[in-house]
Amino acid sequence: MSMASDAAAAAPAPKPGEGGSEVPVLECRNLCISYFTRAGEIPAVVDFNLKLMPGESHGIVGESGCGKSTVALAIMQYMGKNGRIVGGEILFNGRDMREMNEEELRQIRGSQIAMVYQEPMASLNPAMRVGDQLAEVPIYHDGATKEEALARARAMLESVRLPEPDRILRSYPHQISGGQQQRVVIAMALLSSPKLLLLDEPTTALDVTVEAGIVDLIREIADEYGTSMIYISHNLGLILETCDRITVMYSGEAVEVGTVNDVFDAMRHPYTQGLFASIPLPHADKNARPLVAITGQLPLPHERPPGCNFGPRCDHFLAGLCDSGEIPMLPITGDDRHYSRCVRIEEIDWQAAAGEGIVKSAAPPGDVVLKVDEMTKHYEIEEGAIFFAGEKKTVKANERLSFEAREAETVAIVGESGCGKSTFAKVLMGLEEATSGEVLLGNVELGKMPVEKRSPETIAKLQMIFQNPFDTLNPSHTVGGQIARVIKKFGVEKDEEKINQRVLELLDIVKLPRDFAKRRPRQLSGGQKQRVGIARAFAGNPSVVIADEPVSALDVSVQAAVTELLMDIQRENRTTLLFISHDLSVVRYLADRIVVMYLGQIMEQGTTEEIFSPPYHPYTEALLSAVPIADTKVKKRHIVLSGEIPSASNPPEGCPFCTRCPYVIEGTCETVPPPIRAFGPGHLIACHLSEETLKAMQPVIQIGEGPIPAEADRDAEKGEQVSPVAAAESERRSDV
Amino acid sequence: MVKLILQRLLQMALIMAVVSFVLFLVFDSPKFKKQLAVNDLGGFAVATLTQSDYQAWLAAKGLNVPFYERYGNWLVGIAHGDFGRSFQKNEDVGFLLGRALVKTGILAFWVFALMIPLALVTGVFAGISEGRVQDRAITFMSVVFTSIPEIATAIILTVIFALGLGWLPAKSKGDGLEYIILPVLTLVLYDFGYVARMTRASVAEVMTSQYIRTAVLKGIPYRRVVMKHVLRNALIAPFTVIVLQLNWLLSGVVVVEVFFQYDGFGKLLLDAALFGDLYVVQAATLAAVLVAVLSQLISDIGYTFLNPRIRFS
Ligand SMILES: Nc1ncnc2c1ncn2[C@@H]1O[C@H](COP(=O)(O)OP(=O)(O)O)[C@@H](O)[C@H]1O
Ligand code: SF4
Ligand code: SF4
Ligand SMILES: [Mg+2]
Repeated sequence: MSMASDAAAAAPAPKPGEGGSEVPVLECRNLCISYFTRAGEIPAVVDFNLKLMPGESHGIVGESGCGKSTVALAIMQYMGKNGRIVGGEILFNGRDMREMNEEELRQIRGSQIAMVYQEPMASLNPAMRVGDQLAEVPIYHDGATKEEALARARAMLESVRLPEPDRILRSYPHQISGGQQQRVVIAMALLSSPKLLLLDEPTTALDVTVEAGIVDLIREIADEYGTSMIYISHNLGLILETCDRITVMYSGEAVEVGTVNDVFDAMRHPYTQGLFASIPLPHADKNARPLVAITGQLPLPHERPPGCNFGPRCDHFLAGLCDSGEIPMLPITGDDRHYSRCVRIEEIDWQAAAGEGIVKSAAPPGDVVLKVDEMTKHYEIEEGAIFFAGEKKTVKANERLSFEAREAETVAIVGESGCGKSTFAKVLMGLEEATSGEVLLGNVELGKMPVEKRSPETIAKLQMIFQNPFDTLNPSHTVGGQIARVIKKFGVEKDEEKINQRVLELLDIVKLPRDFAKRRPRQLSGGQKQRVGIARAFAGNPSVVIADEPVSALDVSVQAAVTELLMDIQRENRTTLLFISHDLSVVRYLADRIVVMYLGQIMEQGTTEEIFSPPYHPYTEALLSAVPIADTKVKKRHIVLSGEIPSASNPPEGCPFCTRCPYVIEGTCETVPPPIRAFGPGHLIACHLSEETLKAMQPVIQIGEGPIPAEADRDAEKGEQVSPVAAAESERRSDV
Repeated sequence: MVKLILQRLLQMALIMAVVSFVLFLVFDSPKFKKQLAVNDLGGFAVATLTQSDYQAWLAAKGLNVPFYERYGNWLVGIAHGDFGRSFQKNEDVGFLLGRALVKTGILAFWVFALMIPLALVTGVFAGISEGRVQDRAITFMSVVFTSIPEIATAIILTVIFALGLGWLPAKSKGDGLEYIILPVLTLVLYDFGYVARMTRASVAEVMTSQYIRTAVLKGIPYRRVVMKHVLRNALIAPFTVIVLQLNWLLSGVVVVEVFFQYDGFGKLLLDAALFGDLYVVQAATLAAVLVAVLSQLISDIGYTFLNPRIRFS
């Protein structure tokens, strides 16, 4: 064994891309990692293999808790107090890292192997200036002086495209935005030109347009420096955009490994197939491609079934074969290092779809139920000066929102952080009062009616499903008791007997077993809790339900089931659903109409079809381009916004999007609020661009081999991707 | 921040006003005045006192006017720096209080000078080796010392060092350094455990934070991780606790001061309270509240300054 690694270490450094006999940058062999807790040993990762060649990017995808971060930290040999590598080996450049001492590890960490973390804010020292934190890398790895180190840090901040690098060097982490923090962490990782970069969900905490910028940067780094990368994500679309090869993990095991194209287009594991069938794609809606949920839920590490971990949820499960003994990784003949942990690869018909999605006809919308008219919500805040009372500032959380929602209609409100989605929900629910304008539910004005003043019927008519099912259920009451309370409160039923009957009915509706009425929230999984949340919201026969990111806290494989359930109940009851989300794929899937918000204002609204095809508002266009799509056949026009979302306490005077808009018309957009242009009934775009210019826009998402017009100038000019349309527009303007 | 300070000072004034008013009110009952006479003249003498003699005694002590008038006079007096006279010791309250505060101040200085380094070093050490033997030993020790009441520690120390070995005086009736060693030691032993455990908890928490993981995985030496990254964040909480100990020392040391016959603030307050020495109690309460509010204020301001997240928000 040691001879082999010696030989590998002595071999001349291979040139990247040479192939064949190269030494892998990283190799994990039969890696097993456990955490030791009071409950005993938790095998977090079992029999994990990975070979990463120089210059290669390898994606690891899987749902939360499947062991992705554990693998990354094990590579770093940083297992915390209770984690341990219990088997296998990790070879870095041919050397077993487990045999290195602390000092050797220290020298490798941060210089040869660097890591980028999921939560940039938490990963930076809050009490130390960014510059000092960056400077440590050259000081301790290359013996640089403080001045040299800071100069290199500054240069690196520039090359990760951070504006005002000097200001950022002097800042504390909390003084810069999330996207900037992540660029700082990336800069820190690159400062010593590592051979291997580990990225653990580097964009999960970020907004989608900011994410697009970071992904772009990561791709560039890979091209420019030839750094090998391990990119961990739960998002298949991101892996497709960044990686050459992919490992799909499920419950502590790799279940499928191969090139991105093999795994995406010719997957050979039922879990991978199920995963793809259960995620919505932004070019297909509920009719074109109904979601197929994976039944059941993820097993906990100590409750894994014998044999195949996926067995209890697998449609192809064969008793006696799948549940006896360890299932090995089996090679797929004809493919390049493509393996699957399934014993029935040969027998399964991989061409057949993974189950039949049930196509449902859309419910025709009825009368207007909810009418929002020029609704505005401003907050007064005091700017925090330390010694003197600060001046008052106005945060414009919602600025003159106007739209309507009809009976049985799903209206999605889409936008990134700070766009005012949650404020809007609070005003609707009566937790905040509107500053001006109206919100009409039927003929009741709600904008200035706090929840205390609302009648039980009004409250029952307008209900909410929250993002985090964990926070909204009372842990000390039974599920049945909590639903019954809501029924009583709304006066739906008075008689005790009837109330219990209604509770059981509601459990049936959300497809939970009736005996769940006696359980307490902690005995439920996340998906089950969210079903209880849905049951509660529908207890009083509401006419409008607001769902604030109802599935984003759930595991990917149960999201589909909850989404489908919500849609079924809504269709059945002809409820109006206001679906708040940042995820355009989900929205595309279930919404009839979409309202796109940015910095408290509506930028565009229209039917789903209208929003997803030109003419686009420039922000909608960028948003569409930013959504990662897990489909190799999809081509996107590449639009990456520079900069960050401005603070709502200091929005631009004119168009809120003018600081990042690629089409910005200098002198107009910054100062004059944009006019609202109508393109057919209900399709409204707030923009200074002329109707012709907007109409001349090209589709962002295309399926198949067709040419993508703006793809050509992707590399033309870095940073500023102005489409030909924009150029034409500014020419037209200057002519006038 | 200015707002905060003003708020706190206002709060303090309010507490003072209420407490002093209530004290005056309680003190106005005939029974209490009688008791005071007994304390002052002796039970026998009071029993033989005629009504007019008793009235004369009340007048001499200034107790014959309605309490609100006395209260008003007292407030006016304070405005001129006059805290009244002690019934018991027949001395200026201002002078008595000043002397006691100086003595307790000396005690506090030595307690802090020993306790802070000891508590911080052991706390940090335990925190960075959380769960290991060193940590367990330190934690065990601090729990033991903190759970023994001060009076017990005082007795044990006296028995060993004063009565047994005879190295140190048993009573602190003198000005030399040797007279305060035992009281200081008693207080240090009791208090260090508390501060050390706070420090340990804070350090241990910071050690598990993601930014410490970043620092370690950046490949900088462990010493630097601890000195530069851990301490800077982990000492914020202990700092505020330490400042608050000032408050504890002022009133919490009564037992120790009385035990060792040390003429500090605690002893003054206790004597006065037992005797019913109204003006001394009033002035001492005032001083205690002042210290409480000030130490709270210092700890809040310090917290803000040590915490860039608050300082620059
Ligand atoms: N420090 C720990 N102690 C005990 N169990 C842990 C610890 N860290 C992670 N685990 C468990 O190990 C499994 C894998 O976790 P993780 O690697 O974080 O997954 P992922 O990154 O894919 O979300 C999970 O079941 C998790 O609960
Ligand atoms: S081994 Fe059996 S249960 Fe597991 S994925 Fe394959 S067919 Fe399904
Ligand atoms: S108004 Fe101007 S800045 Fe705003 S979206 Fe239109 S072109 Fe861009
Ligand atoms: Mg993770």
